[in-house]
Amino acid sequence: MSSVLYDTPGPRAKRRNVIFSVVFAALMVLLLWWVWQTMSDKGQLDSAKWSPFTEAQAWTTYLLPGLVNTLKAAALAMVIALPLGAILGIARMSDHRWVRVPAGVIVEFFRAIPVLLLMVFANQFYSESTQISSDERPLYAVVTGLVLYNASVLAEIVRAGILSLPKGQTEAAQAIGLRKTQVMSSILLPQAVTVMLPAIVSQLVVIVKDTALGGAMLNFTELLNSRKTLAANYANVIPSFIVVAVIFIVLNFILTSLASWLEDRLRRGKKSTGAVLPAAAVAGTAATGADGGGVIGAPGVIGGDVGDKP
Amino acid sequence: MKLRKVTAASATVFALALTATACGSDDGGDSGDGGGKKITVGIKYDQPGIGLKEPDGSFSGFDVDVATYVAKELGYAEKDIEFKETPSADRENALQRGDVDFIAASYSINDERKAKVDFAGPYLLAHQDLLVRADEKGISEGTDLNGKKLCSVTGSTSAQNIKNEIAPKAQLRENGTYSECLDGLASGAVDALTTDDSILAGYAAQDQYKGKFKLAGLKLSNENYGIGVKKGDTEMVDKINKALEKMESDGSWEKAVEANFGPANYKNEPAPKIGDIVK
Amino acid sequence: MFDFLEGYDVLGAFWTTVQLTLLSAVGSLVWGTILAGMRVSPVPLMRGFGTAYVNIVRNIPLTVIIVFTSLGLADVFGVTLGAADDFAALSFRLAVLGLSAYTATFVCEALRSGINTVPVGQAEAARAIGLSFTQVLTLIVLPQAFRTVIGPMANVLIALTKNTTVAAAIGVAEASLLMKEMIENEAQLLLIATIFALGFVVLTLPTGLLLGWLSKRLAVKR
Repeated sequence: MSSVLYDTPGPRAKRRNVIFSVVFAALMVLLLWWVWQTMSDKGQLDSAKWSPFTEAQAWTTYLLPGLVNTLKAAALAMVIALPLGAILGIARMSDHRWVRVPAGVIVEFFRAIPVLLLMVFANQFYSESTQISSDERPLYAVVTGLVLYNASVLAEIVRAGILSLPKGQTEAAQAIGLRKTQVMSSILLPQAVTVMLPAIVSQLVVIVKDTALGGAMLNFTELLNSRKTLAANYANVIPSFIVVAVIFIVLNFILTSLASWLEDRLRRGKKSTGAVLPAAAVAGTAATGADGGGVIGAPGVIGGDVGDKP
Repeated sequence: MKLRKVTAASATVFALALTATACGSDDGGDSGDGGGKKITVGIKYDQPGIGLKEPDGSFSGFDVDVATYVAKELGYAEKDIEFKETPSADRENALQRGDVDFIAASYSINDERKAKVDFAGPYLLAHQDLLVRADEKGISEGTDLNGKKLCSVTGSTSAQNIKNEIAPKAQLRENGTYSECLDGLASGAVDALTTDDSILAGYAAQDQYKGKFKLAGLKLSNENYGIGVKKGDTEMVDKINKALEKMESDGSWEKAVEANFGPANYKNEPAPKIGDIVK
Repeated sequence: MFDFLEGYDVLGAFWTTVQLTLLSAVGSLVWGTILAGMRVSPVPLMRGFGTAYVNIVRNIPLTVIIVFTSLGLADVFGVTLGAADDFAALSFRLAVLGLSAYTATFVCEALRSGINTVPVGQAEAARAIGLSFTQVLTLIVLPQAFRTVIGPMANVLIALTKNTTVAAAIGVAEASLLMKEMIENEAQLLLIATIFALGFVVLTLPTGLLLGWLSKRLAVKR
């Protein structure tokens, strides 16, 4: 691993790097030791707190149903938000002002509002104006919030994907006499989909993480919330947190791996136009809410690649 | 080219599979009122001694025992009783909407609630109390709480009671569940956990916390636990009241108290008379 | 029509949101820059730590992190951040800590791609005149990188503004907590929702425009 930021280390630099490594490692060990010590002092490492996770029932009764709800909300949100986002994104590029402007307003509005606010609002709205039962309502509210927000983000991804295609594609299509709809549906969209796929898969990570908002604020029994019932039973708040965090990390790691695998495959595709929205660039920042900040410039040169790979 | 199609297809299949499982598990949920054979009862899922979802999926606690007895008296077999979680904030709503037939979830009777739902009972008289560290000596009455750090559950009446009446200068932290207060109580981050003594007793009795905490024994309020029923359903109220009376007279009430609160060393009040609300 | 607003400190709640945002922004900028420095440093152990931190923290829901600061850091590890006796101040500081730890991963990633846009020649020239790694990074590469990533950073900041709502989960009295309280007590759902939605639009829109303008002005012309 060489980098342009520093020279290949000579004897002195090597010595210095070793010293830095040792000091850094010592600090890390100290920190870990403190964490371990505190936890064992406070009885957080007692086997009574951890052994429940080796029993099947802790999973089948509490965690797995929660995980199913997390995935259910995430999947529903994705399936609804995707077509909605595509429609909004295309509408935003329409030649007609009366289509373009409202679509733009909707997209910008819902991107500016916290998902949590949307969920709380949806929950109250369903409670006041519909007959959805109280145990289904949090799911509806969570999905609604996620859809409104993510459809707007996806709309921007779709727009960026289509705009990233070379202009010649549109021009050539027009030259052979295709109509606007035909240009969009048979030339631009099929290519854009390949371009966008990694970014879209990465958006799933965002959705999966955001389901936890519903657990904390709306009593939606997703993973984070079913942890509560589990912890009430085994009196292990901290261990249950750690286990739930690990589940989320594993889940999202699988999704990001899928995203970078897709990105890899698509980049290698021969007939590709070469335009790919790097998942990290668009959805990376989108993970906290904002979308992208655009595709970030020149090909990676300094300090490793831009991708997610560790 | 081919691969790209496969990728797209597999992504779709992946998404569909997720929704398919989603829809599959949906069906189990809403068999609420169907046929009139089953009865749906709202309880708490996360309060040891009161209403707790056990690892094997069954339920335990005093409220659960009372609810089961009542449902049986109403003519339902044990297997036809379906329990549902009704968080504190959602109880009136769930009754009004008919999501549950009745609620036994440490539901104390007060005027504000009586405007929205009807109550049978009461079936237990509890008091707001404090759970403190076993070596705590500084708290012997309500006003001692001023300047202390208290923990309770978001939106609970106990929290409001402390804020408005007992000790307005106490610091109050509101957590998702009572069990989330316990680590902080043990480490000194909070000084006391406040709610009904019946609920606190359940936590004090949990194996992991045995000997660490004690009840302060303050009777800061009277909480008359009733069974919540949809507003206007007097027939149901009467039936439940009859069941509760029978439960007391045939000794089942005492047995349930003993089974659920006995290990906690909690001195319960005698069984309240139906309709006799202690202010 | 707006009678119901009486008794609610809407501006105060949004002021808390602003404070949360600004403090966490500073925190995450500092920590994110250190992380980015680690990720491109010559010491493999630091690189490993930086990578692991980013990939782990970024994949945990913010809600989990925020709630953990209260139940884990404060309750079990006894972290009081100088506010042991004041719950309101403690939960606010814990929220800033949690938001900074989380947002730093996005700052780090944005900065790292910014570092990538600095032409190789810059770093090579810097090394040729004998600058050390720290000097190359702090004098030559980072100042240019910062200017190119103002756009992405603006997005991170906007996202952070919205993410402060999660602090409601540990009882920080910011905008979303007040909104939840208000819609439970008042029968003015749409009006309340509109007020709070507009509040966030007012906070995020100028940020985006200002930083967008700034990023165009400061862009390194090449």
